[in-house]
Amino acid sequence: MSIMNKHGLLERHSLLLTIGILVVVSIGGLIQMAPLAYMDNTIEKVDGMRPYTPLELMGRDIYIREGCYVCHSQMVRPLRDEVERYGHYSLAAESMYDHPFQWGSKRTGPDLARVGGKYSAEWQVDHLKDPRALVPESVMPPYAFLADKKLNYDRIEERLRTERMLGVPYTDEMIENAAGHIYAQADPDEKGYDYLDSLIEEYDGIAGRDGSVEYRDYDGDRTRVTEMDAIVAYLQMTGTLVDFSTYEANDLSNRR
Amino acid sequence: MTDETKDIDKHSGVETTGHSWDGIKELNNPLPRWWLYVWYMTIAWAVVYMILMPAIPALPGMGTNTKGVRGHSDRVEVAKAVADLQSARDAQSVVLLDANLETIETDRTLQQFALAMGESAFGDNCATCHGAGGRGAIGYPALADDVWLWDGSLDGIEYTIRHGIRHDADDATRFSAMPAFGRDGLLTGSQVDDLAQYVLSLTDRSDDAEAVSRAAPIFQQQCATCHGVDGTGDRAQGAPNLTDAEWLYGGREENIRATIYNARNSHMPAWDDRLDDATIKAIAVYVHSLSGGE
Repeated sequence: MSIMNKHGLLERHSLLLTIGILVVVSIGGLIQMAPLAYMDNTIEKVDGMRPYTPLELMGRDIYIREGCYVCHSQMVRPLRDEVERYGHYSLAAESMYDHPFQWGSKRTGPDLARVGGKYSAEWQVDHLKDPRALVPESVMPPYAFLADKKLNYDRIEERLRTERMLGVPYTDEMIENAAGHIYAQADPDEKGYDYLDSLIEEYDGIAGRDGSVEYRDYDGDRTRVTEMDAIVAYLQMTGTLVDFSTYEANDLSNRR
Repeated sequence: MTDETKDIDKHSGVETTGHSWDGIKELNNPLPRWWLYVWYMTIAWAVVYMILMPAIPALPGMGTNTKGVRGHSDRVEVAKAVADLQSARDAQSVVLLDANLETIETDRTLQQFALAMGESAFGDNCATCHGAGGRGAIGYPALADDVWLWDGSLDGIEYTIRHGIRHDADDATRFSAMPAFGRDGLLTGSQVDDLAQYVLSLTDRSDDAEAVSRAAPIFQQQCATCHGVDGTGDRAQGAPNLTDAEWLYGGREENIRATIYNARNSHMPAWDDRLDDATIKAIAVYVHSLSGGE
């Protein structure tokens, strides 16, 4: 009786079989995933990355809540035609503060990894409200209700703290002033005026450059901060952080 | 279960696995030979692939993945593909960059090159706001007519694309700011109403002569600096002509009133950093060709 004939044991005991399957599948998973934890070149070394501001983070949560990822990827692949259309291919470093990342592969709509700044904020608002008014052939549903919903930021401090547990370098000041920073970014002239300096100082500080945070009334509604403000703030910063003038694409460790 | 004796199913003549479930036995047909050999070949190919290509992520202690004998890198490949494309375009791009309107219009090949390149770049980057073919939308100027807010010459269009309009991050951007006369309290609500009537009267659509005469001095005082004494606008400031039939934000009374009350200061991003020089020039040539270029 060789060991090969013991398979009857596994086949007759479902629990044993389940454990056996888990062990075999885990081997494949471990070989793929474990090295990422200790490889030197998993995340490229880049300049300019900073965590999301509270307003951008909430916009990102709305992006996920509304299922934008179902039709939009955020991953410019290293292929000529994609680079020509969308810009520099995406780097792992650009997703280092993403929980979860929004890479995706389904493209009913265009890739959004570098849509930040490509169009005006007014366009983003008009387009979200009624996509077909601007792009008649679009199949995107309208999201006009976002402009009517006041942004609920009651739990923003806990939200940032959760991100910090996952490794995002939010400072105590960032967490303490989170609500103020939301106003500073979406209503910099009035309600958020007192927090504007702190917002810029904190986030530009981590980014290591000036001008990494855009602040303005995004949705044209000056009376309050809406979900539209948040999602447009997020869309307008996607793909804009990494400084590609200092990124060494030809460095051996950056070759993939 | 024994190794020695083979259990042959007497109906099909095929060996069974020896497993018996309630007296039913399982046939043990061999795999088709062609299938089996293809499978062996894929295993052999996997070994070859691991030697040639980057394949093994990293063994503990290794800083990086195996690079493979071929040293293949997608990122290097794409950089090369983009460079090849660039050099294929270069011969004509260089000529295009130095060409003025007259040269482009007489050099058929160059014109075709610029229009083809401009049209495809316009489709992705500009048509989202300005519409396919530059037909425009409310709040987004039509480019396929001969009405220009700013400079409509080839160089003027190129400048606008390069630096944008009211684009904060570009110091050379085209800039002007209309005051929010109502919202910021520069005029009273009834003065704004009168002014709307006055603006309507410029296109002979006002039926309130009293309001028009009340607003005439206000227009001269507040609006004429940019829109001109006769309301025909000033392209140097991007101030639209109010006496024609083109209304960027709608030409009905309530649209005009809303514009005076809240002001309109739309924003076009600068494309200097996003697109290369030849593409910007090509888009300018394309926009210029849409019909109204000067």
